[in-house]
Amino acid sequence: MSTQLLTYLFVGASFALYIGIAIWSRAGSTKDFYVAGGGVHPVVNGMATAADWMSAASFISMAGIISFMGRDGSVYLLGWTGGYVLLALLLAPYLRKFGRFTVPDFIGERYYSKTARIVAVICLIFVSFTYVAGQMRGVGIVFSRFLEVEVETGVIIGMAVVFMYAVLGGMKGITYTQVAQYCVLIFAYMVPAIFISIMITGNPIPQLGFGSEVADGSGLSVLEKLDGLLSDLGFGNYTEGSKSTIDVFAITAALMFGTAGLPHVLVRFFTVPKVSDARKSAGYALAFIAILYTTAPAVASFARLNLVDTVHNTSYEQAPQWFSNWENTGLVGWQDKNNDGLMQYSAGADNEVTIDRDIMVLANPEIANLPGWVIALVAAGGVAAALSTAAGLLLVISSSVSHDLLKQTLMPTITEKQELLFARIAAAVAVCIAGLFGIYPPAFVAQVVAFAFGLAAASLFPAILLGIFSKRVNKEGAIAGMLLGLVFTFSYIVYFKFVSPELNSAEHWWLGISPEGIGFIGMLLNIGVAFGVSRFYAPPPAEVQNLVDNIRIPSGAAIAQSH
Amino acid sequence: MSEQPYEHQSENPSPHDHNDQKTLSQKNAASYWQANLRLLAKLLAIWFALSFGCGILLVDWLDQFTFFGFKLGFWIAQQGAIYVFVALIFIYAWRIQIIERQYGVDDDAEESSV
Repeated sequence: MSTQLLTYLFVGASFALYIGIAIWSRAGSTKDFYVAGGGVHPVVNGMATAADWMSAASFISMAGIISFMGRDGSVYLLGWTGGYVLLALLLAPYLRKFGRFTVPDFIGERYYSKTARIVAVICLIFVSFTYVAGQMRGVGIVFSRFLEVEVETGVIIGMAVVFMYAVLGGMKGITYTQVAQYCVLIFAYMVPAIFISIMITGNPIPQLGFGSEVADGSGLSVLEKLDGLLSDLGFGNYTEGSKSTIDVFAITAALMFGTAGLPHVLVRFFTVPKVSDARKSAGYALAFIAILYTTAPAVASFARLNLVDTVHNTSYEQAPQWFSNWENTGLVGWQDKNNDGLMQYSAGADNEVTIDRDIMVLANPEIANLPGWVIALVAAGGVAAALSTAAGLLLVISSSVSHDLLKQTLMPTITEKQELLFARIAAAVAVCIAGLFGIYPPAFVAQVVAFAFGLAAASLFPAILLGIFSKRVNKEGAIAGMLLGLVFTFSYIVYFKFVSPELNSAEHWWLGISPEGIGFIGMLLNIGVAFGVSRFYAPPPAEVQNLVDNIRIPSGAAIAQSH
Repeated sequence: MSEQPYEHQSENPSPHDHNDQKTLSQKNAASYWQANLRLLAKLLAIWFALSFGCGILLVDWLDQFTFFGFKLGFWIAQQGAIYVFVALIFIYAWRIQIIERQYGVDDDAEESSV
């Protein structure tokens, strides 16, 4: 069977599975729709959270980014996993005890203010839409590269599938499809990773192969050989960084605090039965995520090593098969500048080889000479990663519209049935908008996805954290903090990325912090202003202080939710 | 150490009944919170020391040591820290449950997740 046919078969079978699950787990109430009925087992929720969290960027792009950044790539590894410690220790258990449906629910009640709720909804929609646009684009790209359909067709097929299970099943449908998607994506990631590890080092476990000797008799370890090859070609050493320490610190912090403040991740912890389950569930989620996140840096080093080894100074006629396979997609290219018929790869102007970072994962099966079904599996895995994250994001967008904007603010008299209908309509509209972003990507999408984290860190994370750990921060302080954090971070990013991109370099940055890391400063400003402004206004009323006392105590969560 | 009064209190925060129990449970709740904050401080200190300390601030200095074929700082930043993050969450889940039982504020009596 041809690889093409296998890919259709694998992707088609996985879609049939997701739609089957959606029909089986149709939501009957708003509680089903928003929090999957609140009875999800912590391991199941952990797996769903892992799929929710690992997007097209984690699956397709991350190993490639690390591959070209070397040690500086640690910002993503540390940032996107360390945030779960904050989530499990500081936020998830208390939000579960609070026991409502959405993140703006918490902010609105804790800060006894419709304004605070609306500000939270704005932050949430802003963060989630920038993020979802990238996912739909990811679906389209996987389709176009593996199935050779137009990006547009790919996006429309992806939209139709997400539409089925997000609109019908709500959180309940999403939870169980995400479990299936996690299994597909982790299997698809690990199979080629294991084979490429065997190929390079002879060790089947990528995490161990990463530190082993290269199986070419040189006696050098993978990283030693890579350092040597890259410095010969004029690149910096793989195991040394080139970013300033303060910038690495700020970017990692922005990604960590942003991860902990992402609404589509937070809301997953509303679905487990008990407070103690929320903590355990975050642990399982990170364990499932860690399987991919500890494999990615190993794949990154193997792929870079293999690339330099097999491509540099090889004559074009003898280029490895995968090179010519991927050449017509534009992901790799060669231009014979000195007309010697050899492919020179280097950091300087004489470089002749262009390589897209996504190739490091997408071409892995071919680099390791694996059969067609593994290539088909990687395609199904990439689609699973993009769809699971897109669905989670669409759900938080639709529930914040139907629940926070309509039911709690504008139309308090609607019945539960009407609210559920509005939730479905909102989900449908959100799917269409996300699809449009995927088909007509605004030029800025790729650049802003990473900033969703900065904005989440500077706006939502401090408001939730202070709402739990301080009884003194009142609505005035929280609203001022959220607005300042959001506006400051947003302006800094827009200034350096869009207004004056020519100034976007270390000597012009404030304190030497890049736009990627500025969310950390935004967060500190938010916290400072929240405390400062709160001092000038009355403390929160007694019932809010009681609410804070109540959410700090684990007992009573299951009962509280059955109301 | 019965859970009854605390559940009762969180359900029915009416100020006029169970005055004695309320004072007791409030006291317990406050001590529980202090114990929780102490545990959080310890675990977050490890979290910070490892990720920002060893993985970023001290990474160049740590790289002089070798660890199973890796430079130590590099390994912590790209592998080790992630394993410890997972461990920290499970350690917290385990330790805090012991503390909760001690102060009678745990959620064991409620409907099970399994």
